[in-house]
Amino acid sequence: MLLFRLLLLIYPASFRAEYGAEMCSVFAEKLRRANGVFERSGLWTQAFLDVFRHALPLQADTLRHDLAYARCTFVRSPVFSITVIAVSALGIGANTAVFTVVDRVLMRPLPFEKPHRIVRVWEAPPGYSRMEASPPNYRDWRSMASSFESMAAYDRSSANLVGEGAPRRIQGADVSGELFPLLGVMPLRGRYLTEEDDVFGTARSVVLSFRLWQSHFGGDPEILGRSITLDDEPHTIIGVMPTDFVFPDQRSDFWTPLQLGPDRFQDRNNNFLEVVARLNSGVSVEMARQDMLDVMRQLEVAYPEANERNRASVNRLGDEVPNQTRLLLIALMGASLCVLLIACTNIASLMLTRATARRQELAVRSSLGAGRERLVRQLLTESITLAFFGGACGVLLARALLPLLERLVPPVVPVVDATSIDPRVLAFALGMTVLTGVGFGSLPALRAGKDAAANGLRENTRGGGIRAGRLRSVLVIVEVSTSVVLLITSGLLIRALNEVRSIDPGFHADGVLTARTWLPWPRYGATNARADFYSHVLNELRALPNVESAAYTSYLPIVMGGGIWPVVLDDGPTNRTESVTASARFVTPDYFATLGINLLSGRDVVESDTYENQHVAVVSQSFVDRYWPDQDPVGRTFWFLFSERTIVGVVNDVKVRGLERESEPQAYMPYRQAPDGGLRHYAPKDLAIRVTGDPLSVVSPLREIVRRADPTQPIQDVQTLEDIVSGNTASRDVQLRVLSAFAALAFLLAAIGIHGLLSFAASHRAREIGVRMALGARRRTILTMFLRNGFVLGVIGVTAGAALGYVVGLNMNALLFGIDPLDPLTFGAAIAVALAVTVAGSLPPAMRAASVDPVEVIREG
Amino acid sequence: MALAEGDRHGYAIIQEVSARTGGELELSAGTLYRSIHRMLGQRLITEARKRVSVQDDPRRRYYRLTPFGRDVARAESLRLEKLVELARSSGLAPENA
Repeated sequence: MLLFRLLLLIYPASFRAEYGAEMCSVFAEKLRRANGVFERSGLWTQAFLDVFRHALPLQADTLRHDLAYARCTFVRSPVFSITVIAVSALGIGANTAVFTVVDRVLMRPLPFEKPHRIVRVWEAPPGYSRMEASPPNYRDWRSMASSFESMAAYDRSSANLVGEGAPRRIQGADVSGELFPLLGVMPLRGRYLTEEDDVFGTARSVVLSFRLWQSHFGGDPEILGRSITLDDEPHTIIGVMPTDFVFPDQRSDFWTPLQLGPDRFQDRNNNFLEVVARLNSGVSVEMARQDMLDVMRQLEVAYPEANERNRASVNRLGDEVPNQTRLLLIALMGASLCVLLIACTNIASLMLTRATARRQELAVRSSLGAGRERLVRQLLTESITLAFFGGACGVLLARALLPLLERLVPPVVPVVDATSIDPRVLAFALGMTVLTGVGFGSLPALRAGKDAAANGLRENTRGGGIRAGRLRSVLVIVEVSTSVVLLITSGLLIRALNEVRSIDPGFHADGVLTARTWLPWPRYGATNARADFYSHVLNELRALPNVESAAYTSYLPIVMGGGIWPVVLDDGPTNRTESVTASARFVTPDYFATLGINLLSGRDVVESDTYENQHVAVVSQSFVDRYWPDQDPVGRTFWFLFSERTIVGVVNDVKVRGLERESEPQAYMPYRQAPDGGLRHYAPKDLAIRVTGDPLSVVSPLREIVRRADPTQPIQDVQTLEDIVSGNTASRDVQLRVLSAFAALAFLLAAIGIHGLLSFAASHRAREIGVRMALGARRRTILTMFLRNGFVLGVIGVTAGAALGYVVGLNMNALLFGIDPLDPLTFGAAIAVALAVTVAGSLPPAMRAASVDPVEVIREG
Repeated sequence: MALAEGDRHGYAIIQEVSARTGGELELSAGTLYRSIHRMLGQRLITEARKRVSVQDDPRRRYYRLTPFGRDVARAESLRLEKLVELARSSGLAPENA
């Protein structure tokens, strides 16, 4: 019978109370008279079916009644309803928007087959937590490691796509044949690259992304078998990938075979391969790490010079989101939850006021036979309905917010870039809605239901407010402390952002226009061929009236942090254990002047620094400090990029890896001293132009000049250097703006909450105030009394909030860029603002209370 | 209809219905009480206060047909009768049913 009673729980409680006992006895009677197992099990089946046939329709009936009743109530007080809907829309909208991004970046499994078994494997030489693998080490990993089902490598690349419309630079990757089967993806059309395509010297094939197929080839159904020219080399299109295939990053538009020639397997220090692997089933990441440690130890013994203390790092593909991004997103999620919490407490407070105002009505319903459960259910239905409307508006709000938040998704994450509201996000929004409805509805509903059921009609509308007032005080404290936490965290981040922005990048970004022209090989493999192109472009640019200077470099700072090469000194080879590397750049003369980098001693590179002459370099101050502290470095030599180079000048250091990161010392070589057909990645491609006036004014002359130099040469990434620098802090900037908006919102809600509480108290205590005044209390005393009430709540809230804010600050230390989590300026400002808001919220109701006319209220009462 | 001859409690109604239909219709507890709930709401039946006998289980509740309920039952049977006649004249039902 216990089971039957449990089944009865599915019926509405009022129905159960009315007929439950009888239904039990009828069922018991039937069971008693049933013959045999067959009849009894028939009875049980019927009882189960009844739940669907009767209990659910009965529930729906009750819901319909409640909804109809709720509608009447909403129509009667539209301002209240709209306020609740707006406040919950803000809370739910903020959460939904942030969740969409968090889900996309941190939670959703990557769109590959069994993504938890895909890992990335890196080399980890001393001083680096991870570095690309060299081809010989990669080849040995494949044969020696036992943890992996398969292993694949790729090298990010880009190519000039010529022949179809305007020349275009497209991003992609050279991938080994194992990659596609390893990821477990199928092409939309044609086939993917296989190991046969990897064989060195085989005709080149290419697989296109869906995006490129659509945008450049108009979705041509006959695309397979067509030949296209990538960097002057013909490629046969063999396949098109589906829309949701994103690898290795969002910009990838083509995949060509990674054909490694025999010479690529000579040098174990030539690290450029990114490696992914699929774990054998049953092998954990930890086991794979141990396996790779053993492999690297063996490789260290076999090749002590190249692999000394070189280790490997193994991480899940999904875990490769930069730590800072992860922390930022978690902070945002926390902040949006805070906003929701404040919204909920605010609405709870509003509901409480209204429930108190509706005591009479509830009491009437109670005395007419509505049980407590029935009243609570009615009130909950009302709050959930309001939350539902709020949720719907919230989803719309989230959609509007998404374009801003999308900038928080780092481009390295292999997910489809368009974040959108999908079923997962909708489910989250629905969950938030129910949580909000129950969260802000249950407390007032329970309280009101209890009061109404217990007291019936005995009490008039003025009584019983004290307990509700106490509950509301707690709600206000929660609101104030949550907003203080938000204010402190955003304050700390503002300070950190200012700190980062005040960092000297080592160059002057203002007035500089930049662009990139990747020259295709083999046409531009010869250094002289490139030099002709550069001279043509630079000379014409310099002839423009508002151009001060112009120069080419391998990579501009911040745009590219890598391009690192080991430095070897004259007095014997230095091994990698000391991690003596420098960032290597080939530059044209005038590069330092164009970027505003100071020449501290010696000279700039010049046109006469050709390959046949002495190989020279200009190095940065930290390079000098490392090898020849307190000595004159000019004239000293070191081995770098396959040549012995003599130092001819010293410049100040530049933040190559971006404002917030440590950068290696820099070495700049004359562009004419790059070897013919070698060091392709270091060939100058980034153009910088220093302009008097608006840098963007030279954009169209620049396009014209490049077209004259080579009509098939595309120009990409035209932007000002200032944009590059500010882009470096863009995610911080967006994060900060969102967080500050949340904090402002939180304070607004908290002020409304305080105002509501005190207004409520003022109207409830009007009679008491009247009596006090009649007995001689002065208006000022009343005013002070109310202000003090508000202030005390504020102080309690601020104290709790400040303590919590400190804890949160400690956890965000990695984002604070050296700002003390107990930063006095931030804390002082947050506390002052919080208290000011509290007082501002308390003042109007306090003044209203003080202006009570004693004669009137006493006469009324 | 099961209440036409006098007040009955829930289980008695089930038995009555079963007997009248020759065991063809065996009401489940859920069906019965949802119907009772609806008919109480429509005031077709009411709860009878008095007990049939003193030995009766005090938890049992008895239901009685209201005068309004009786009228409705009559009107409904009249309607059904007319419907059957109509079916008969159209040859859809046997003459002596």
